[in-house]
Amino acid sequence: MPASQNLRKQEARASRRRSIDRWFGRIGFLVTLGTLGVLAILLLNLAASGLTRIDWQFLLSFPSRRPAEAGILSAWVGTILLMMVTASVAVPLGVAAGIYLEEYAPKNKWTDFVEINISNLAGVPSILYGLMALGLFVYQFRFGQSILAGGLALACLVLPIVIVATREALRTIPASIREAAFALGATRWQAVWHHLLPYSTGGIATGVILAMSRAIGESAPLITIGALTFIAFLPPAPILAHAPFISFDWLFSPFTALPIQMFNWVSRPGEEFQSNAAAAGLFLMLITLSMNGAAILLRRHAQRNIKW
Amino acid sequence: MVNPIPAAQVSSVKDIAQVEVKPEVKVEIQNLSFFYGRNQVLRNVSLDVPAYQVTAMIGPSGCGKTTLLRCLNRMHDLYPGNRYEGSVRLYPGGTDILGPGMDPIRVRMRFGMVFQKPNPFPKSIYENVAYGLRLQGMNKRRDLDERVEKALRESALWDEVKSRLHQLAHNLSGGQQQRLCIARAIATDPDVVLFDEPTSALDPIATSKIEELIVEMKKRVTVIIVTHNLQQAGRISDRTAFMYLGELIEFGETNRLFTNPAKPQTEDYISGRFG
Ligand SMILES: Nc1ncnc2c1ncn2[C@@H]1O[C@H](COP(=O)(O)OP(=O)(O)OP(=O)(O)O)[C@@H](O)[C@H]1O
Ligand SMILES: [Mg+2]
Repeated sequence: MPASQNLRKQEARASRRRSIDRWFGRIGFLVTLGTLGVLAILLLNLAASGLTRIDWQFLLSFPSRRPAEAGILSAWVGTILLMMVTASVAVPLGVAAGIYLEEYAPKNKWTDFVEINISNLAGVPSILYGLMALGLFVYQFRFGQSILAGGLALACLVLPIVIVATREALRTIPASIREAAFALGATRWQAVWHHLLPYSTGGIATGVILAMSRAIGESAPLITIGALTFIAFLPPAPILAHAPFISFDWLFSPFTALPIQMFNWVSRPGEEFQSNAAAAGLFLMLITLSMNGAAILLRRHAQRNIKW
Repeated sequence: MVNPIPAAQVSSVKDIAQVEVKPEVKVEIQNLSFFYGRNQVLRNVSLDVPAYQVTAMIGPSGCGKTTLLRCLNRMHDLYPGNRYEGSVRLYPGGTDILGPGMDPIRVRMRFGMVFQKPNPFPKSIYENVAYGLRLQGMNKRRDLDERVEKALRESALWDEVKSRLHQLAHNLSGGQQQRLCIARAIATDPDVVLFDEPTSALDPIATSKIEELIVEMKKRVTVIIVTHNLQQAGRISDRTAFMYLGELIEFGETNRLFTNPAKPQTEDYISGRFG
């Protein structure tokens, strides 16, 4: 076969490949644009019907039968208290488990099994966590249909996310850094405490915030354990004006939360309740987006001084 | 062969007539075998590392130089499935650092290690050097300052960094980072400093600075260096060990080993016929 003919064939093949490349690029761009468009429409839609409802009165009022007087006070307070329980359980447990699995655990069948199942746990439908929490926390431990039970249910739900984020953050630290510490006589605990944790706080904190923004929008597990949909009082305050100045009674209080309040309003007839639901949804969305924004900033800030 | 008396030792030898005195042994490796799981990588290595000298380890890639070096500070204990046989005695005292009941942490505090690629912590220059001291319980600012300065002077880095001790170590050049790692390793006054190809990632100028440092350093510590660069071994070491396939083939005074090797494998290797 003459050389020039061969060359022409190759050129034709190359140009076909280039055009596949171009088309794939274009289609990918359109798909991305479409997805972002759907998100934008969703936000705009929420904003259009909800934005006018968000004001101080809305944020500082209890729910009410009269839609114009109703607000989300008990809902956002409940959400914050739930998140406090969730974070204070899921973060230490998740980070500790991540450190154990990544830095301490021997490699054997048993740890392989644990590892696979942690990934599986992240995919379990959230309502199943609700069922587990109902059986375990509400009935077995007799925590009742309380903030404690709800927070624990959400903590179980996001625990795998925190574990995985911790492990991934630890894994980005090169082995040479660990060996440098060990070679100077550090124990494993010292290596973790002086080096590995400080160098991975950015990654871990990002994972924690993402986990919390997942938990904050969950309603199924809370409904399953029996969160109320209509609450016109606040849980007992955690801080007292007199000794001992701190109280944990709120842990056992019944509660509602933003997504549940929203769910309650959506299921009611009437235009005005729908716009209350939209306003609550918008508020929830704003919290989630700003948490994600904080995660991005935090990651940038924490990793600024860390290079290998 | 008559062992020459190392320069550093002449003053301490009272009886000059006793010329055949062996150099003081720092690390005595006896019948050392090492296994990564079932894979035996070192076979019955026996070697007396002399104190206050530079001992080089050469040999083709994969012959076990790094493995041997990491036996000395028990780095292999960090990973599961590794197994040592034989003994490694550290003098004075002669405790077997592989022996049962020996805490690897204590061993590592007496052996400094400098790695192939500079690996400073993502902390300040000062904190990098101070870390080993802190691990040993030193926490008074004045003591730390003093020891950090001393270590940085001994690694010929002080003049370059004294004005920016609290800046990040990663702003240093590669050669400076490696000297910082040397400062970090010697700050705690270890008995022995282990170098694993410390200049393989550096340019010739940075390399020669580190070579000077190593030669200077042997006044204070015993040095063991793994190198792929035979000229480097010739320039800086007093004694050279040639390893092949996990065995120690030949060990002797560097000049003698390079000019008049006793074993055919050594001759083949140093004349470039393999490896
Ligand atoms: N972690 C490990 N697990 C199993 N085998 C290993 C491990 N590390 C090294 N080996 C094997 O042990 C042998 C010796 O390796 P070692 O790193 O000590 O060689 P080396 O002489 O330092 O080589 P180089 O000059 O290339 O650095 C090699 O055959 C290597 O494949
Ligand atoms: Mg090596």
